[in-house]
Amino acid sequence: MNLTDKKILELEKKANDVRQSIIEMLVEAKSGHTAGPLGMADIFTLFYFHILKHDPKNPSWEERDRVVLSNGHIAPVLYATMAHAGYFPVKELKTLRKFGTRLQGHPHREYLPYVDTSSGPLGSGLSQAVGMGLADRIDKKDKDRFIYCFMSDGELNEGNTWEAVMLAGKYKLRNVIAIIDRNNIQIEGVTEDVMPLEPLQSKWRAFNWHVIEVSGHDFRSLNEVVEEAQTIYEKPTVIIAHTIPGKGVKSFERDYKWHGKPPTKEEGEMALEELRKNYPC
Amino acid sequence: MLNPKLKLNPKVFNDAGENACEQVPIRKGFGQGLLSAGEADINVVGLCADLTESTQMHLFANKFPERFIQVGVAEQNLATVASGMAAMGKIPFCSSYAMFSPGRNWEQIRTTISYNDRKVVVVGSHSGISVGPDGGTHQALEDIALMRVMPNMDVVSPCDAIEAKKATLALAKSGRPAYLRLVREKTPIITTEETPFDLGKAEIYWMPDVGLAQVGIIATGGLLHRAILAAKELEAEGIKTKVMNLASIKPIDVDAVVALAKECKALVTVEEHQIAGGMGSAVAEVLSQNFPTPIEFIGVKDLFGQSGTPDELIEHYGIGKNSIKEAVKKVLSRKI
Repeated sequence: MNLTDKKILELEKKANDVRQSIIEMLVEAKSGHTAGPLGMADIFTLFYFHILKHDPKNPSWEERDRVVLSNGHIAPVLYATMAHAGYFPVKELKTLRKFGTRLQGHPHREYLPYVDTSSGPLGSGLSQAVGMGLADRIDKKDKDRFIYCFMSDGELNEGNTWEAVMLAGKYKLRNVIAIIDRNNIQIEGVTEDVMPLEPLQSKWRAFNWHVIEVSGHDFRSLNEVVEEAQTIYEKPTVIIAHTIPGKGVKSFERDYKWHGKPPTKEEGEMALEELRKNYPC
Repeated sequence: MLNPKLKLNPKVFNDAGENACEQVPIRKGFGQGLLSAGEADINVVGLCADLTESTQMHLFANKFPERFIQVGVAEQNLATVASGMAAMGKIPFCSSYAMFSPGRNWEQIRTTISYNDRKVVVVGSHSGISVGPDGGTHQALEDIALMRVMPNMDVVSPCDAIEAKKATLALAKSGRPAYLRLVREKTPIITTEETPFDLGKAEIYWMPDVGLAQVGIIATGGLLHRAILAAKELEAEGIKTKVMNLASIKPIDVDAVVALAKECKALVTVEEHQIAGGMGSAVAEVLSQNFPTPIEFIGVKDLFGQSGTPDELIEHYGIGKNSIKEAVKKVLSRKI
């Protein structure tokens, strides 16, 4: 579905709200990951407010698209987007990582029944998405909905990921669309230092995937490539989305040290002020 | 005598001749059970990591090719893809050798099947030292421990091919994640089609003709047959025993185990597995809380396996008939 200029303005504002929620929940939780969630805020906003076939008021709707968040540590962006989309109250975001919360440090489908799978340990999300895609193929539902798998670039170090890449290529799973958060950082540094991934496009292509690269912060281009992915009939598609880790807060951007830590109260205030300036009341 | 209520195989003690006890690999019962489960329920699917015939999944794969997924030699993917299929309402059985599934893919099983509470049956064939000539790398002796420690996970270790078929059909209907432990070698048929099988229920297979038993023997898997042979010989020597088939290691039949301990006040557990963390440990966990009882453990004593014939290895590692008899006598002497 095309994006109008008006819709893009709406999405930009929504993503800005999601980023503020991410900062607020991380400050409150005093633990968690900052860079990844901020970097993926635009993509999650586009999906939950424009692309996904879903119904927040009827979360177990059988015909919905399925979402697998493979790198579960960016849960804050998933939770914040789902809350803003109406799955649960935004104020519940402040319970992140606290005892008794539905918002576990990494998503758990029994605590928060609106997520399709529990995840966290890297490298096992894509294969679950492939399993879902295979099941839909057996049931002849592979033309009715898509299985979207959000994953990190760091987890491409995992052998399990490539086992899934190989299998999806074998079965030509057109209904599986993987979105890689290509932010070039992982816990211990820059991906190309820790374990080089490039040439990433040709790796996926060699496994018989359709490969698209795109900016992860341009709603119009992102929407176009997802539509392209949906039209590819004979292959699964991977969208390599180049994102800026920490996007939206200048002092957090592109610094791998923000991968695995939350902002302090003061850092959080500074970040919120910066984000609020984008939409002065 | 064999428990007459259970309609066990009357040929179980015949080791040669025309009337010899039939011997069938336990994994064959799984293959037939999966085929029947697939015929009964369209949602049953099979996944295999390049060992379709070895694990006997080929019967299902040939009949239902569209419901069979060959993942290649990739056990981590095997478990996680199965989890994804279960998320969409399928009832996946995923098979490989026990050493590789759950041996290699334990964390994937923990997170995506057990933690995620997805109804997947992990089928580990070729467990135990009776794998034989392939040697220690391929002889899973730790898999019961690996699987029974996981929340949500049932663990079933059938004693023969007929019980394996019944267990497979039961697991297809159980609605819970499970581990089904299978053995490669031909194993004597102890049960019949009429023998009852229920998940979570243990049965007494051998009992004294009259009076109470002095020692209870609890066995699981292929060694149950040797336990029954040992019991018969012990009877001739004047020692009365009961032999329990503990096929469902988890959930464990607490009532039956405690009742046996209360009657005998001395137990021997028998399994083709490391003593640490196995079925005997599960029995000890139950009894230490309910009815502390002396136990002798028959199992592998903190060692790896090696190449050899199954009989040679069972003898060498001290888990055969004579070792069971010795353990019975030892625990009898420990009785308070």
